[in-house]
Amino acid sequence: MMRGFKRGTLIDILRVKEVKKLIHDNRRVGDRDFLDFRDITIKTNVVKKAYGSAYVSIGDTIAIAGVHFDIGTPFADSPDKGILISEGEVLPTASFYVEPGPPTEEEIELSRIIDRGIRGSGMIDLSKMVIVPGEKVLKVFIDFNILNDDGNLVDAASLAAVAALLTSNYPDPDKLLNVESAEELSTVDRIPLPIEDIPITITTAVIDGKYLVDPSLPEEVAADAILSITHTKNDEICAMQLLNGELDYNQLFDILDIALEKSREIRNYVLSHINKR
Amino acid sequence: MVEKVNYIRYDGRKPDEMRPYQIKTGIFRNADGSAEIKLGGNWIVVAVYGPREHFPKAQLSQDKAILNCRYHMAPYSTSERKSPKPSRREIELSKVIKNALERAILLDQFPEMTIDVYIEVLQAEGSTRVASITAASVALADAGIPMRDMVVGCSVGKINGQLVLDVGEEEDKTGEADLPIAIMPNLKKIVLLQMDGKLTHKEFKEAFELALKGAMQLHEAQIKALMERVKEMEQFGDSR
Repeated sequence: MMRGFKRGTLIDILRVKEVKKLIHDNRRVGDRDFLDFRDITIKTNVVKKAYGSAYVSIGDTIAIAGVHFDIGTPFADSPDKGILISEGEVLPTASFYVEPGPPTEEEIELSRIIDRGIRGSGMIDLSKMVIVPGEKVLKVFIDFNILNDDGNLVDAASLAAVAALLTSNYPDPDKLLNVESAEELSTVDRIPLPIEDIPITITTAVIDGKYLVDPSLPEEVAADAILSITHTKNDEICAMQLLNGELDYNQLFDILDIALEKSREIRNYVLSHINKR
Repeated sequence: MVEKVNYIRYDGRKPDEMRPYQIKTGIFRNADGSAEIKLGGNWIVVAVYGPREHFPKAQLSQDKAILNCRYHMAPYSTSERKSPKPSRREIELSKVIKNALERAILLDQFPEMTIDVYIEVLQAEGSTRVASITAASVALADAGIPMRDMVVGCSVGKINGQLVLDVGEEEDKTGEADLPIAIMPNLKKIVLLQMDGKLTHKEFKEAFELALKGAMQLHEAQIKALMERVKEMEQFGDSR
């Protein structure tokens, strides 16, 4: 067992060197364009037991997400809204450095970025999750996992979560007055989830003053900065996080423009590649 | 930027006005460096220990010091009791604050060592993460740890369509967006950047520039606190 290793510290030092050397010559591993994603695959409804699910791969990075519902009590400050909970973990299948156990600070950060993107964009209309205002609402759970880590976990997990929600159904709240348990809930008639937006997260790395969209793991290790930005369908920013490193002020605005343009492209890709329920 | 100049905030401030603030250093006798910030109703103390030997030995880093950073809120710091156990929010903030401070500290001067930064929020009233960073960087300077620059943070929010500097608790709860940043003010580098809520690109640019303005004001308070400490030490010796 290899214990105590952190993400990236033992990954092939040569790969990181290769990344830096290529970038110095204005090239990228596999001759990928600096602003291109690796190949993306999206498969939806991969887990039949969940209300919605998706399997996403970006290059060798694999993420999976599933949607579930339960009945709960609304928060006191929002009695007329359902509850959204999104959480995720990097599974021990993902790489040698991962150990089973409580979530690391990187995993917690990952979960909270995904949550802010979905919440901030208002992707799901939570006002349609109410059974009895102030008393009884639906809780939406979006659970995601990383199954294999080759960098850019944020975009992969976010895409999986969004695709799972897009193809999810939910129990009709009008028929839930006498339903109390998740078990009963699963037998109720389902209707399409009220989707209001499709937030898309784009992660960009800065290496040697150059911008690289969708960084692989060795590129992340080589990066001077990594910034994730989530955009709504109306081109608003709805979440942002400097994951690592430091940025010049002008670099921030360059990356904002890149992320906006790529988010439109990826949103179209998502819309054309999910199997409508 | 501030088009609606007449907009008055819940606490009577103008949109581009900071809350009153005060930074003090050398507040703890036992720590190698310490600082306190009061920003409106926020009261945050920071202690720095180190550079000191790293334990456990198996996890030390041979080419540079390891920075440990804990952001923690006291159970009595909020109007509803907060469990003393670190929440997911606190763990995330510890991580982003650590990244921000790591960028400034010359960690490679202390291989095989640890620097511990303990941030305790004693009373919270919005924008605690950026106030914490501002105080932590003063505590690091007080500990005599070599740094490339100070780190200073500030936040901008959007409430009722208006951008506001130095987001207070009420504005954080009811606002439409929140943008905390931290910078190295002399190197002009962004070291912490998070965003919550919704902003257009135009609003974001304005918000960012407003946050820079606030950060520069707080940077002056950082320098003032350190200068006072130097004077004190000249007069009375290191009273720590």
